[in-house]
Amino acid sequence: MTESQSVLRIQGLSIALPASGDRRYAVENVSFEVASGEVVCLLGESGSGKSIIAQSVMGLLPDNIRPLSGQVLLDGENLLEADAARLRALRGARMSMIFQEPMTALNPVMTCGAQVDELLRQHTRMTTVERRAHVLQMFERARLPDPARIYAAYPHQLSGGQRQRIMIAIALILKPRLLIADEPTTALDVTTQAEILRLVTELTRENSTAVLFITHDFGVVAEIADRVAVLRLGELVEDGPAQTMLSSPRHEYTRMLLAAVPTLKPRKEPVGSNHGVQLRASGLSKTFDTGGWFVRKGTVRAVERVEFELRRGETLGIVGESGSGKSTIARILGRLIEPSAGEVELDGESITRLAGERARQLRRRIQFVFQDPYRSLNPRRTVGAAIVEGPMNFGVSRSEAWQRAHDLMQLVRLSPRMLDRYPHEFSGGQRQRICIARALAMQPEILIADEAVSALDVSVQAQILELFDDIQRRLHLTLVFITHDLRVAAQICNRIVVMQQGRVVEQGPVTEVFEHPRHAYTRSLLDAAPGRGFAFGAASQ
Amino acid sequence: MDAAQAVNVAVTATPVGRSLVEKLSRNWAVLLGGGVLFLLAMLSLAAPWLGTIDPTLLDPINRDRLPGASGEVFSLTGEALQHTFWMGTDSYGRDIYSRVLYGGRVSLVVGIAVALLSLGFGLTIGLVAGYIRALDGVIMRVMDGFMAIPGILLAIALVSLWRASLATVILAITIPEIPRVVRLVRSLVLSIREEPYVEAAVSVGTPTAALLVRHILPNTMAPLIVQATYVFAFAILVESILSFLGVGLPTDLPTWGNIMAEGRLQFTQYPHNVFFPGVFLSLTVLAVNMLGDGLRDTLDPKFNQRGDRPA
Repeated sequence: MTESQSVLRIQGLSIALPASGDRRYAVENVSFEVASGEVVCLLGESGSGKSIIAQSVMGLLPDNIRPLSGQVLLDGENLLEADAARLRALRGARMSMIFQEPMTALNPVMTCGAQVDELLRQHTRMTTVERRAHVLQMFERARLPDPARIYAAYPHQLSGGQRQRIMIAIALILKPRLLIADEPTTALDVTTQAEILRLVTELTRENSTAVLFITHDFGVVAEIADRVAVLRLGELVEDGPAQTMLSSPRHEYTRMLLAAVPTLKPRKEPVGSNHGVQLRASGLSKTFDTGGWFVRKGTVRAVERVEFELRRGETLGIVGESGSGKSTIARILGRLIEPSAGEVELDGESITRLAGERARQLRRRIQFVFQDPYRSLNPRRTVGAAIVEGPMNFGVSRSEAWQRAHDLMQLVRLSPRMLDRYPHEFSGGQRQRICIARALAMQPEILIADEAVSALDVSVQAQILELFDDIQRRLHLTLVFITHDLRVAAQICNRIVVMQQGRVVEQGPVTEVFEHPRHAYTRSLLDAAPGRGFAFGAASQ
Repeated sequence: MDAAQAVNVAVTATPVGRSLVEKLSRNWAVLLGGGVLFLLAMLSLAAPWLGTIDPTLLDPINRDRLPGASGEVFSLTGEALQHTFWMGTDSYGRDIYSRVLYGGRVSLVVGIAVALLSLGFGLTIGLVAGYIRALDGVIMRVMDGFMAIPGILLAIALVSLWRASLATVILAITIPEIPRVVRLVRSLVLSIREEPYVEAAVSVGTPTAALLVRHILPNTMAPLIVQATYVFAFAILVESILSFLGVGLPTDLPTWGNIMAEGRLQFTQYPHNVFFPGVFLSLTVLAVNMLGDGLRDTLDPKFNQRGDRPA
């Protein structure tokens, strides 16, 4: 690649972290370039410094973090030496950025049209009429339905995918040379993600925009990247064409990451008929009332007439996109909320009508692991206190509960010496292990994992999935695994239930559902899974 | 993962947060506010050993002396002492310096007592209102009712209803403060009860009382401590205002408000009667508010804990 082609060129960039940071450099001696019309994926796990690089290009670094050495060249101009006024002129016009969470990136009190219009007013000399026409045309290109309506709409009136399209319209309306996308699809459902990825590629190809795409997701890389740069703890470990990188990674770290990506190929057969039905849900419905004194009342049907069975010792996956009602199901099973209608039977006995002490006793039999390992542990209590709380609530003696906590820490592969530490001293993966230990301390029969691995990095995710597998084998647990990620479901489940808008659209053995999906929605979910054509784990095993 | 990796996982847990004491000791507002407050508290506690005389001793000979003047005073036992009136005397010949130091005791006691009482009641009521939905509406409407009454007016009414004493004044200032604390606690509980760790505690069968005490209460403490300092400062002010208006503590008990109220009549001739207690009052309130701001910066998760979560 010759110099004239490269739009963004980063040379020997080192950025220092403040003295209180966990390492000295956010990024150290990083060099790579992005050519015109090319999509370069900056890939790394959390804490790898990928967002810091994006911020240093945009001139948006926090005050206490500053570049030490190196150059960030946009069409040959060193951005690290540019003053605030120059950066302001460049942002939006020559380089622009889209963010992970479109709701927080848009101004909630301005209409979408006005937010795009503002950019045109600042950077161009168009008249009001011309600007409006231009914005509507851009909305059209961003495949927003009914551009005139969207122009007058406020961000909260749009869906997540539509908001991200608005962000893309804002980012690309001035035809910048460089687009930086910082995990723009992470907060979106898989089908929406596929559409947004397609849109980004199409719109940037038209104008030969250079794209720096920051992601932690190999599926996304396989989908859109021309080239990939892999970051580990601020260090660039590998940089090259996407195809070569995905099929024959050179660096050991890239190989490890690739191996950790779960494949879409189901691994497990359903359990045999000798496993009896342990739990049966029939006709489960849950409606939530919205509104209040001054707002018109409405009802939301979170779950409607859901039926399924859970066999002893199996892993049942409940998959679906956000709003499909899968977490509501989990909460009903664990009696954290009451169903509006329907029945849950555990070993033939209805548990939905239990009250008082018998309802409390049920808590021992069904346990939870929650999604967010950062918020599901009380920050002011040691992890030991968190683990022994459950057993002690049910009359287990202090010494016995602590002995149990000690053993469980070893089971989840953490050192028992860490029982007297506080949650903030642990990483996300370690906290999730602690949450698993807390659930197991109750010696439950059924463990419900509600998106338990979706907040974790892919390498950590692989370890936690393996831990779930191991625990299930050792303790003969029944697992209910709720996830939006089909790859995860393929790895761990025997059977899956596919949900859409509160209803079960398909259920059956995982092999059957994945290989011969009957329902159109299941097919669209499978089609939308990023990098589906690429057998990840298999490539490096 | 094999055994070697397991050990590796075990040792990589690194502490991210600094200890609280260390964080507090780096905050200059905490240090300065706390330091001044500590000094004022020490001054009033150690008043008998700081060259003071009886603050209620009437001395017709030494009336209206200017700051720095010295003269002979007679103690109750009739001994004559040479005494320097560092802050002058009032129109009854009482030593302002002694009165200001002893008066600090009352102010600090009122401040601490009101802060503790309103926090105690407010916390209990707020926890119940925030966690038990059925009671929320009733409790909060009663609190709204209290808040609609002007605080100082209510205090005046209560003091005139009962006999004026230290306990009455403390109670009179506490009652209008409680609804503010309740509102704060309730709003904190409403957000904390939705945290996944509370749901996790429910799912391991934690009884409601234990849930409130173990999981919800500790997480409300940081903002509450900050609120307590503001209540503290406000209580000292209100006590002075009540004394100044003549509906506070009896005049034989020296308080900063009393001293200023009595000095007001001769303010144009002898401003020292109002000036010195005024300076002490302002310093105390300033110090407490500074301490509160500093505590907020170090304890409030919104100002802190930004680095707690990896990006």
